[in-house]
Amino acid sequence: MAEATVETTNTTESGTLLEVNNLVKHFPIQKGFLKRTVGSVRAVDDVSFSVTQGKTLGLVGESGCGKTTTSRCILRAIDPTSGQILFRKEDGETVDVATMPYQPLRDLRRDMQMIFQDPYGSLNPRMSLFDIVGEPLLVHGMKSSSERADRVAELLRLVGLRPEYMRRFPHAFSGGERQRIGIARALALNPRLVVADEPVSALDVSVQAQVINLLQEIQESLNLTYLFVAHDLSVVRHIADEVAVMYVGKIVELGDTEKIFANPKHPYTSALLSSVPIPDPSVRQDRIILQGEVANPANPPSGCYFHPRCEYATDQCKTEEPQLELIDEGRWVSCHHAKDLDLTGLSAK
Amino acid sequence: MAEEAVIPSTASESLEQQDEEFSVASQWRLMWWRFRRHKLALIAGVILALFYATFPLSEFIGIGDPALNFTKLSFLRPQPIRFFDDSGFNPHVNAVESYRDKVTFKPGFRTVEDERVPVGFFVKTWEYSFLGFIKTDRHLIGISDPADLAKRPSLYILGSDSLGRDQFSRLMLSTRISLSIGLVGVAISLIIGIVLGGISGFYGELVDTIIQRIIEIIGGVPTLPLWMGLSAAVPQDWAVMQVYFAITVILSIFGWTGMARVVRGKFFQLREEDFVMSARIAGASEGRIMFIHMLPSFYSHIIASISLSIPGMIIGETALSFLGLGLRAPAVSFGIMLQEAQNPSTVALYPWLMFVAVPVIIIVLAFNFLGDGLRDAADPYG
Amino acid sequence: MVQTEVSAKQLPLLSVNDLKVHFHTDEGIVKAVDGVSFDIMPGKTMGVVGESGCGKSTLGRTLLQIIEKPGLIDDGSIVLRSEDEEGNPYEIDIVNEHSNSRTMRAVRGQDIALVFQEPMTSFSPVHTIGNQIKEAIRLHHDVSEKEAQDRALELVTQVGIPNPAQRLSEYSFQLSGGLRQRAMIAMALSCEPKLLIADEPTTALDVTTQAQILDLLRDLQQQNGMAIMLITHNLGVIAEMADDVVVMYLGRAVETGNVNDIFHSPQHPYTQGLLRSIPSIYEKGIEKLPSIKGSIPHPFNRPSGCTFRPRCPSYMEGVCDLNDPVFLDIEGTSQAVACFLHHPPDGSSTNGSESA
Repeated sequence: MAEATVETTNTTESGTLLEVNNLVKHFPIQKGFLKRTVGSVRAVDDVSFSVTQGKTLGLVGESGCGKTTTSRCILRAIDPTSGQILFRKEDGETVDVATMPYQPLRDLRRDMQMIFQDPYGSLNPRMSLFDIVGEPLLVHGMKSSSERADRVAELLRLVGLRPEYMRRFPHAFSGGERQRIGIARALALNPRLVVADEPVSALDVSVQAQVINLLQEIQESLNLTYLFVAHDLSVVRHIADEVAVMYVGKIVELGDTEKIFANPKHPYTSALLSSVPIPDPSVRQDRIILQGEVANPANPPSGCYFHPRCEYATDQCKTEEPQLELIDEGRWVSCHHAKDLDLTGLSAK
Repeated sequence: MAEEAVIPSTASESLEQQDEEFSVASQWRLMWWRFRRHKLALIAGVILALFYATFPLSEFIGIGDPALNFTKLSFLRPQPIRFFDDSGFNPHVNAVESYRDKVTFKPGFRTVEDERVPVGFFVKTWEYSFLGFIKTDRHLIGISDPADLAKRPSLYILGSDSLGRDQFSRLMLSTRISLSIGLVGVAISLIIGIVLGGISGFYGELVDTIIQRIIEIIGGVPTLPLWMGLSAAVPQDWAVMQVYFAITVILSIFGWTGMARVVRGKFFQLREEDFVMSARIAGASEGRIMFIHMLPSFYSHIIASISLSIPGMIIGETALSFLGLGLRAPAVSFGIMLQEAQNPSTVALYPWLMFVAVPVIIIVLAFNFLGDGLRDAADPYG
Repeated sequence: MVQTEVSAKQLPLLSVNDLKVHFHTDEGIVKAVDGVSFDIMPGKTMGVVGESGCGKSTLGRTLLQIIEKPGLIDDGSIVLRSEDEEGNPYEIDIVNEHSNSRTMRAVRGQDIALVFQEPMTSFSPVHTIGNQIKEAIRLHHDVSEKEAQDRALELVTQVGIPNPAQRLSEYSFQLSGGLRQRAMIAMALSCEPKLLIADEPTTALDVTTQAQILDLLRDLQQQNGMAIMLITHNLGVIAEMADDVVVMYLGRAVETGNVNDIFHSPQHPYTQGLLRSIPSIYEKGIEKLPSIKGSIPHPFNRPSGCTFRPRCPSYMEGVCDLNDPVFLDIEGTSQAVACFLHHPPDGSSTNGSESA
């Protein structure tokens, strides 16, 4: 594992569990009989951020913005094209997940786990709860069935399910209960980082709140760090300490949740916040209605990817690509005019 | 929205009352619950089970020695067994005598009403090896008096062929040969199909492209001529068993491609499933993902597609043997029996020789109905 | 067709009364819609909100008599008030019409049109968008090919599709989700319906596209004066769009009323719980989110009495489990609720429901 180790001094601050540097994932576009590569979809295009131990980073954006691809690269469910994914292990050693070989990666799986969006597709319907929740334990060496049963019972209790359900199959459970099973499975190995990919968006509203509460409870009791991928901004507001807003494979704004929601600095963030329908008929407000469509990541526009839809776009935006810059304490924005614009956010009445 | 949910999902509170049996039901149990709703498939399954159950009993049920030529009684029409006479239960057949039509000079048989040949159960007639090694001459039904046997070796309930062989006994043996060819052929194509389809689907990319092109090339070759060519190449002096295996292999050459496609498609589909990614992230090895997660997810689909491809094999063997390119005498199969009915005048004069087609039709239909039911039950979570 | 001389003024465009739609499956009866009553006023937006299994989609389909098998309307009435070509008002009860009758076919498209959640499957992939819209126009109007073409172009322009002329000759799969939904709306508008049923029209879309589509629907409503029945699970969308709201739970309407009343002083424990359980976008919640316990029962396992009782914080044993709550107006408000907190179960619970 020595080859994956990076000097901790200048790359990782103390308290940072995960640091992503210049992450890129391109999917080749292949055509024809011989599958020639004729181009690429820039699903994730130079993304950098870090997550502090015990905190939650919300990764938000619309479909196709690359938030899911980013999260899967971090877990190495898919291999990134380039970039660094630095993870600080329990013993303080920092490793680069992006280039890690198979065996150490497999050991690292203990530390990073995932909660899936679809409570139906993410549990193997042919396995009982014991086998589903116990699988991570089994493949990481807990061979004794009774030991596993004890741990599975403990995990089920932790997520609010009865241990007696262990012999049942997923088809006996509702969406919310299945999501709890998925959470129990993710927690089996005592991970330190949990990537939650839209964990509540497939659930009914009345069940969503239960799962959000559960996620927060276990974060507190187990000192978990979350990378919370979501498109529902009110859920992100509720659960995330920091937010990264993505648009066409890039982070356009990154910073403290409160500040971003109250005072967005990127026109896209502002439009996104303004688009959210608020469950209160008395605040029907003038929305910023974005014109046109999300840019095609296989053929993005020149300059700033957002410029064709941006009402503040200038000639500079059409030609020059903005970089993610620190404009305030802990506040990163990728916009040429970030400092000049006065954008509306959301604040309590 | 209500109609979307097929499998009941319930509140925690109601889980207590819910059928515990349902909660802990494995995929096979769920499949069975779903399958048994298809009455036609159930009936088809029972019929096929009965056919396959005759395998070890073919000779025991068979009445006359299927290999015995008895030309005195060739082209005898089916003879009904009469179970009762004036004195009560007294199974017998009426004796027959040959005659020649005085106008057409056509030979024929007529029933001798008052001469009765008694029929018995568990009688001793011709000798055979039960299950291949127990020598016996017991049969379920037959002519009970050994004196009569010399005059008439069988009851001929389905008549006799040109050599006076008992059609019923030959049909019993054919069922065994033809149905087992279907099974063995499908087993061979299954193995090739799963291995190649699995490699294709699991690794993808270049390997997949090559295997897919091979499948396409095989698919482009017309089936019957190639079968005929290959069967013609089977040496004349091969023993019955050798020819039997040669023919099954020839039949499997086309059979595996369909299976490989099914397996490949399933692998592609399953690779993208969240639960497979979930296993990968849990740290499961590739082998575990393949054998614990992916394969069990389509066992049931394989079973369904097997039941739909067996009839193709049976028909294939029947066609080849009918054309004289498949199994050869002294082996007996549906195709070989139907060879007797190749000649239109034979069919006109001795229509009972066509009877072999009836079990073929029943078996093929039964497999299709069964396959339909299985296919529907194959994914109990859908 | 029941043709009665009535004045269409002040009367609801559509009155649904004690509607029951049951699915008679092999496993038992699923009461997808079980006694729902409400009125849709001309030019207004009626929001139907509920979670999975509440029957809101079945309700929308029932108004057009396009219920999937084995669903049947078992009881109730759906009175549509319309005008014939001479402008004479008449009423028909959709429940009495056969799904494929001439009247019903006229109702679909001319009076009521439907926009689905997934526009991908609502368009045929083998015909261009333009041809499908033209076909819809010519099905209901006796116009020439040229006129239909012009009308299609006009519609597509109206719904804000860029390069309308070119888009008409494209196929549905060539359009993005947002454009496809716009095209779907254009097709629904082709015959100037008096009521547009939009079944989760923005659920498959992103927030910014959703905002575009909701904006479009509002504009169109102002221009055409049509009524909209908006079916969704998203309370935000309802708050944004609706004038009146029906809250459904497990096939029953639990609360109806004016949108402001429903959101500001919800009366049914389910509505209250639902509204409380949504995290606020204005402030970070420090406390636990108030949630509704348990999960939605499967339609086969409907609880007796009030269907919400196993999850209800105000459950009264001996009352809620033994009687079916009746839908009753709450005095001094626009609301009506089906809850024993608001009316004691003293004998009145056996009658049919009354709506506001």
